[in-house]
Amino acid sequence: MEFQSCVNINKEWDIVGARQIGRDFARKIGFGTVDQARIATAISELARNIYLYAGTGKICFETIEEIDHKGICIIAIDNGPGIAEISKVMEDGYSTSGGLGAGLPGVKRLMDDFDIVSEQEKGTEIRAVKWVR
Amino acid sequence: MRIPILKLHNYLLISIQIDLDDQSAIQFQEDLLSKIHKSGATGVVIDLTSVDIIDSFIAKVLGDVVTMSDLMGAKVVLTGIQPAVAMTLIDLGIHLQDVPTALDLEQGLIKLRQELEE
Repeated sequence: MEFQSCVNINKEWDIVGARQIGRDFARKIGFGTVDQARIATAISELARNIYLYAGTGKICFETIEEIDHKGICIIAIDNGPGIAEISKVMEDGYSTSGGLGAGLPGVKRLMDDFDIVSEQEKGTEIRAVKWVR
Repeated sequence: MRIPILKLHNYLLISIQIDLDDQSAIQFQEDLLSKIHKSGATGVVIDLTSVDIIDSFIAKVLGDVVTMSDLMGAKVVLTGIQPAVAMTLIDLGIHLQDVPTALDLEQGLIKLRQELEE
């Protein structure tokens, strides 16, 4: 892991800021247009979840370099209420905020690897990785 | 940021050219409905050619505005959805099945005319 940058999520506009910075970051790594859109959309979903459910948190981007391939890791961290039933939020159509319930299961499909750790009253950390093809 | 809504005969034309944040999207929804109400427009084209990200929230706002306009008696067609946007929407599991779409503004106006049988 060579390079990292983080964006704080405190207000609604930060969702747009995070996805613009993330898209730039992805372009520099060498992702094509479609994957840039996938990555930016995933960031948008993760940032909105932080804003809606935790209030504040941050999104970090890391370049991952291995011998034969390169990728981006998006890390979304908050100190919010945590998620009681992770299997529930990974179901398509499940939402407690009147949304489409497409966010987290969507992020999982948009990215290659997806990992979520959440502790009630402590917070949530999500890591999502996409590899350059 | 307000999105301009242009009137052309019985139609309203909108080209979204900004990176939509949630507040602008909600504002646009309200502006469009009130413009339909005031102008008596029967058809609306929302062109998304310059939009390079539609996440689940924006998709919901767009889907809702189509249904809301329909309730008021105006048909909405979404046009110019980019290939990358179409792919990410399907990854998100969002199919926008009841939403009329067309390739570009021109096709969108043709579709409106057909739907409204003018």
